[in-house]
Amino acid sequence: MPIGDMLLRSVDDSQINTVFPRTFEEYNKWNRDVDELPPEEVYRTLFEELATGEKIQIGRALTRMNYSKSGWKSLIKKTSREIKKMTKKGIVPESYKETLIEINKDWGDPTFWYSMAQMVNKQTPIYYWNAIDRTYDQNQKVIMQDEKRRIYVQTWFKTLKVSVYVTFFCLILGFPVAHLLANLPLRYSNLLMIFVLLPFWTSLLVRTTAWIVMLQQKGVINGVLVWLGILSDDGRLQMVYNETGTLIAMTQILLPFMILPLYSVMKVIPKSHMRAAQNLGAKPALAFWKVYLPQTIPGMSAGGLLVFVLAIGYFITPELVGGKDGKLIGSWIAFHLKTTLNWGLCAALGAILLAVMLVFYWLYNKIVGIDNIKLG
Amino acid sequence: MALPSYASPVQKTYYYLYLFFCGVVFFFLVAPLIAIVPISFSVSPFMVFTDGMLAWPPDPEAWSLRWYKNMIGDCSADVVSSTVPCSNKWMIGTLNSFFIGIVATVIATSLGTLAALGLSRPHMPFKGIIMAILISPMIVPLIITAAGMFFFYARINLVYTFTGVILAHVALATPFVVITVTATLVGFDMNMVKAAQSLGARPVKTFFRVIMPLILPGIISGALFAFITSFDEVVIVMFMASLDQLTIPKQMWAGIRQEISPVILCMATCLVALSIFLLTTVELLRRRSERLRGIKPR
Repeated sequence: MPIGDMLLRSVDDSQINTVFPRTFEEYNKWNRDVDELPPEEVYRTLFEELATGEKIQIGRALTRMNYSKSGWKSLIKKTSREIKKMTKKGIVPESYKETLIEINKDWGDPTFWYSMAQMVNKQTPIYYWNAIDRTYDQNQKVIMQDEKRRIYVQTWFKTLKVSVYVTFFCLILGFPVAHLLANLPLRYSNLLMIFVLLPFWTSLLVRTTAWIVMLQQKGVINGVLVWLGILSDDGRLQMVYNETGTLIAMTQILLPFMILPLYSVMKVIPKSHMRAAQNLGAKPALAFWKVYLPQTIPGMSAGGLLVFVLAIGYFITPELVGGKDGKLIGSWIAFHLKTTLNWGLCAALGAILLAVMLVFYWLYNKIVGIDNIKLG
Repeated sequence: MALPSYASPVQKTYYYLYLFFCGVVFFFLVAPLIAIVPISFSVSPFMVFTDGMLAWPPDPEAWSLRWYKNMIGDCSADVVSSTVPCSNKWMIGTLNSFFIGIVATVIATSLGTLAALGLSRPHMPFKGIIMAILISPMIVPLIITAAGMFFFYARINLVYTFTGVILAHVALATPFVVITVTATLVGFDMNMVKAAQSLGARPVKTFFRVIMPLILPGIISGALFAFITSFDEVVIVMFMASLDQLTIPKQMWAGIRQEISPVILCMATCLVALSIFLLTTVELLRRRSERLRGIKPR
């Protein structure tokens, strides 16, 4: 239910339409090829709707208008102040168009009017286009965003890249460990399992803080490296507040999610298979490659997918450890939710992320089946 | 899994390399958690090992409990430092965390157990779909759930209330209960329910006297999962809680972003201790449950 609501939000643009309904109606009649500026009627309805509209409603609409072009907010605020003064004195302007342009010359600037095109529809895909760095031009055609406002495509790719790397590292590190745990006698493996389960049970924030302590310039790792003489004192590595830090911390945090499914799969592979293969003349490496590895594929895909999907929506760790360029898509969703209050864009980003996830789950269900998730 | 005696030197080398690699990974997994413990006892207001702490013989001047005192809201002169503000926020956070966590756990455990009981009936219609919906909060990225919940709760005026935060946590924690209880019910003999009912027990009595004692280990470990989920939850709290609903994770988040101080590490140390305690409990319960169901450890 909350997710459905979010999907509605991502296309919903009705709020602004309740504030300026007639203006938008007139606006749609404007033929942009003939006139440079909208006709008199548009100016008149806007003037009237600003004069009679409720202050709170207009305020909300302004926030929305500022998303499509910054400057709307101050423009409308100044204008409506002037309009209030005029209506108090009972002045009815002869030409609404000229009066408005006189109040603020920005009303004569067609780019403001063009940006209004993004808002006139009650349901709009504009947020989705914004989420991949596209926007509308004056004829409601989709074009690229300004060079300096293009951030999301880049962030999407970075999120994917980080997730793929984290999954890969988890697989490389997790596979031998799961193998060891599955093949040791139960007494030892239960003991070693604590090393996997303890991080799994520990608070995410605690582990993130711990990595900041480990990786910072005066931190433990740099300290040990300097003490061992590998690094000079002023050659300390910058490992935190960048992508390296995010990768290291996320790998450690998500590693248990890889080890546990792998372990539960490896546990049931009979040891006699490897022995039989070697008995039939296969070298250990070949036996491993041809006999053991194929049997672990369900575990690898389960763990891999779990890690990948968790990594792609990660937000806490990249935000704290990643610094400025470690920001992933989750951070932007939070940013728009909390700071800019651009909920439409936020919901659109979330919806795209959700769609990506659903594709992966569909794949996962095809390969392994969703019931195979196991805890601890 | 020792090497056979006929292993060649190459095999031996590989084997020891493999053991070494596993050792490194284990170290990688727990080292950060262990490293923070000594630093939390440091005198210095920075999160580093000071020279005094590394000196041999140990220098008692370099160690102190001042950050722990700060954490519990003791602001006396020897505790206060110019860079670290002192307040009882940590204690308020702890109280709120436990309050929200316990209420959410109780609701989630009851709902989750009932759901698991229903889902494990053989003739349950739409089993797959219901299961998928129930465990969806576990699978969908938290940030999406949080955003969706925020929008939805904003419509029904539940944001910035305890009720809202608790309900959101219940939604997050229930899947864990469902999964653990379902796993316990796999070995449950449904004939016992029939026996109890043929002897005249009503369904409610059957549940409390027959089913519950047997699946109790599953319920408790599910409840612990639920508690830790709620206790550790920061994303939803960040969006849906005002200052009144300050919890430990929220305070830690604020702490890491604004004033990096060893007080955070003190709290972290306490949380590691808590997780060790919970881990032990779950492990003991699992063994007990296996014993009860007659599964012998191999």
